[in-house]
Amino acid sequence: MADLTSNFIGIKSPNPFWLASAPPTDKEYNVRRAYDAGWGGVVWKTLGLDPHVVNVNGPRYGAVYGADRRLLGLNNIELITDRPLQTNLDEIKLVKRDYPDRAMVVSLMVPCEEDPWKYILPLVEDTGADGVELNFGCPHGMSERGMGSAVGQVPEYIEMVTRWVKSHTRMPVIVKLTPNIADIRKPAAAAMVGGADAVSLINTINSITSVDLDLFAPEPTIDGKGAHGGYCGPAVKPIALNMVAEIARDPELHGLPISGIGGVTTWRDAAEFMALGAGNVQVCTAAMTYGFKIVQEMISGLSEYMDDKGMTSVDEIVGRAVPNVTDWNQLNLNYVAKAVINQDLCISCGRCFAACEDTSHQAIAMSEDRTFSVIDEECVACNLCVNVCPVEDCITMEAMTPGETDPRTGKVVQRDYANWTTHPNNPSAKAAE
Amino acid sequence: MGSDVFQPGISAGRLDAESYADHFSDLHPRLDPHEAIVAADRCYFCHDAPCITACPTDIDIPLFIRQIATGTPDAAAKTILTQNIMGGMCARVCPTETLCEEACVREAAEGKPVLIGQLQRYATDHLQEQGIHPFSRAAVTGKTVAVVGAGPAGLSCAHRLAMLGHEVVVMDARTKPGGLNEYGIATYKTTDGFAQAEVEWLLKIGGITMQYGVALGRDVTLEKLKTEYDAVFLGMGLGGVNALDVEGEDRDGVVDAVDFIAGLRQASEVAEVPIGRDVVVIGGGMTAVDAAVQAKLLGALNVTLVYRRGRARMNASVFEQDLAASKGVRIVTHAVPVAVHGNGAVREIEFEYVDDAMKGTGQMLRLAADQVFKAIGQTLEGEELPALEGRKIRVSDMGQTSVKGIWAGGDCASGGDDLTVTAVAEGRDAAMDIHSALTR
Repeated sequence: MADLTSNFIGIKSPNPFWLASAPPTDKEYNVRRAYDAGWGGVVWKTLGLDPHVVNVNGPRYGAVYGADRRLLGLNNIELITDRPLQTNLDEIKLVKRDYPDRAMVVSLMVPCEEDPWKYILPLVEDTGADGVELNFGCPHGMSERGMGSAVGQVPEYIEMVTRWVKSHTRMPVIVKLTPNIADIRKPAAAAMVGGADAVSLINTINSITSVDLDLFAPEPTIDGKGAHGGYCGPAVKPIALNMVAEIARDPELHGLPISGIGGVTTWRDAAEFMALGAGNVQVCTAAMTYGFKIVQEMISGLSEYMDDKGMTSVDEIVGRAVPNVTDWNQLNLNYVAKAVINQDLCISCGRCFAACEDTSHQAIAMSEDRTFSVIDEECVACNLCVNVCPVEDCITMEAMTPGETDPRTGKVVQRDYANWTTHPNNPSAKAAE
Repeated sequence: MGSDVFQPGISAGRLDAESYADHFSDLHPRLDPHEAIVAADRCYFCHDAPCITACPTDIDIPLFIRQIATGTPDAAAKTILTQNIMGGMCARVCPTETLCEEACVREAAEGKPVLIGQLQRYATDHLQEQGIHPFSRAAVTGKTVAVVGAGPAGLSCAHRLAMLGHEVVVMDARTKPGGLNEYGIATYKTTDGFAQAEVEWLLKIGGITMQYGVALGRDVTLEKLKTEYDAVFLGMGLGGVNALDVEGEDRDGVVDAVDFIAGLRQASEVAEVPIGRDVVVIGGGMTAVDAAVQAKLLGALNVTLVYRRGRARMNASVFEQDLAASKGVRIVTHAVPVAVHGNGAVREIEFEYVDDAMKGTGQMLRLAADQVFKAIGQTLEGEELPALEGRKIRVSDMGQTSVKGIWAGGDCASGGDDLTVTAVAEGRDAAMDIHSALTR
């Protein structure tokens, strides 16, 4: 059993799995259950000033399903905590006292003025919490009042508020970023300049999950109307991974710690975020879908993976894939692969054929007896057949060996690396030196 | 178990009412909406799907399953019924395990095919129970066609012809329509009067006149039909039953399995159907299994199904064999009947074990029997029929017989597997050929 102990910007936790600031961390009862289930840390649901906000009294969530009604994406229009500030502070203090080894970070969202921050920060410090997370991300409801993503979409505001917060507390400060922005590096840089100890991302994405075709109203529907919500869950993971990687590989943001959020459902998702530079991960939708117990699979899975790789600290995963994230123009155009179908695993569904024949390169042949085989003369290794095949590892992409001739182009596969910047078809190509 | 299962001889009411109700309920109850969605989600929407190829009526199975999955079961039903107007019955009685579901790629992948048959029933029931008939007739052509036999082949042919605008007269020797759907299929496969409901629904197309109690050769001649109609379709099935040709076959209690099954289907109360304490069924096809299983369900203490060859050669599918075994039917193979013993009524039946080449081994088997059900195949009856091939009417791929203007399909015609679904396909294809001949 590998040691999963995590130290994220000085906040220690027995594992790198935290629950994100969200409905599961809204009150003492839930958070105690989460810690008992094994979660390493919790970011308490966002606190605001009194009088506390109110929520709608109709549906708060909308969903996107995959096969067998598997929840792939969730959208919510819930606001920050709808309980009095003091109630939350009292509960945070009690829970932190009883679980001193777990991380307790408190999410905050108050108006974009210095005084409210100056007021609330000492109250949080008094609870014994380990740090604060600034909610500059929520894209619904609060943003209409000039908070949440309304702040997160303006880098100057991020920098300003972060600076206020750092000047009024000794606690580590994490700035939570909204993905509803063109270039995630800009708000991250602003947080860094403002003195943030870390950024966390992504918050939820503006979304309408579906439309009720009888009412002609977006879901979730409140008395015939709907408002956009924040999208999360497995469906947003690819967007989150890219944004994490964009920050992690930016030289100007080098060294800025990242807490990875966005569709983390299994230990593997967590490891992927960490490999792309996240120091730890935060989870919400998976817990909301399956309950707190999933952390046990995350713990055992990451531990087994680390043991297999001979890793003794989670920090050995962090950032390991970052050097391999590059721009398209740096990809090796001399690398040639071909799809290979394992006939022993093939169940003859023909989906690879339909996909390739109808929408790609006509590179799969189908025989009378439904044997499917790759036509190397046509295959460009696009990977679509791999993606649509229902059987794992039935179709694989195999690299050609340098010196072999690619039957599609008639050219010998070169051993040397060569990318677009030097390609003869590139009008602005520079001669190789 | 009721109190009368040990009662010797043949008697009714061997079980309590609850057992009868349980035994003769739906073998596969209809999927509920949740079950249907879960089952539909497993379909991979294969390219040029093998299940379609395996279906004798070429139903576009991936399409109808996708229609169920996307919440439009009535559209799914129309996809099914366009190819197979008796898709409701076929969903109940098709040996899917040797047709579409055997070909399903998830059978190859996990040994668990998509539940195609049950999904088909979900869709067709959904549409038919609303009384919706999704087809309408083309402009009337003025042509008339006689269809002999109101079974799957005849009704399929009649519906297609009526849809194409022709006037159709369907005649059947029995008093009710449906053919083997009504008289020949195990009760637990088609409950709640479904066979009649399906015919009523099918006739909603209009343009079809039904005549009951009219038998070819007895009440009407083929020559007359040929003269009076623009075309004739023969779909009267097989009226005769093969004999055992052994000593004592005429003893009381030795009956045709098809008659036993028909009697049970027509009984108003299954509890009133008498059954022997010891029953022996001879044969290896679906009819043999249907008879043996239902004998057991009626409360027979010992039911033995005896087949002359090995299990692999049985026409009944492995599923059917397993079903019989699970109901307590004993299956004996490699044995041929040599004599029926008894004094007036059968008491015992004697078999000789044979090898794979059907050569006698000299080893004998005697089984106690109050009833012996013969299920060793049926034969075509009738005179002055078109030319035969073997013992059935010779037909082309489109159902043409040797006589111009006469088509045939279903069990009475050559080719096919004597399945409901094959009969439906043959009736449909013959109708298309008749249509093209009449409108040429």
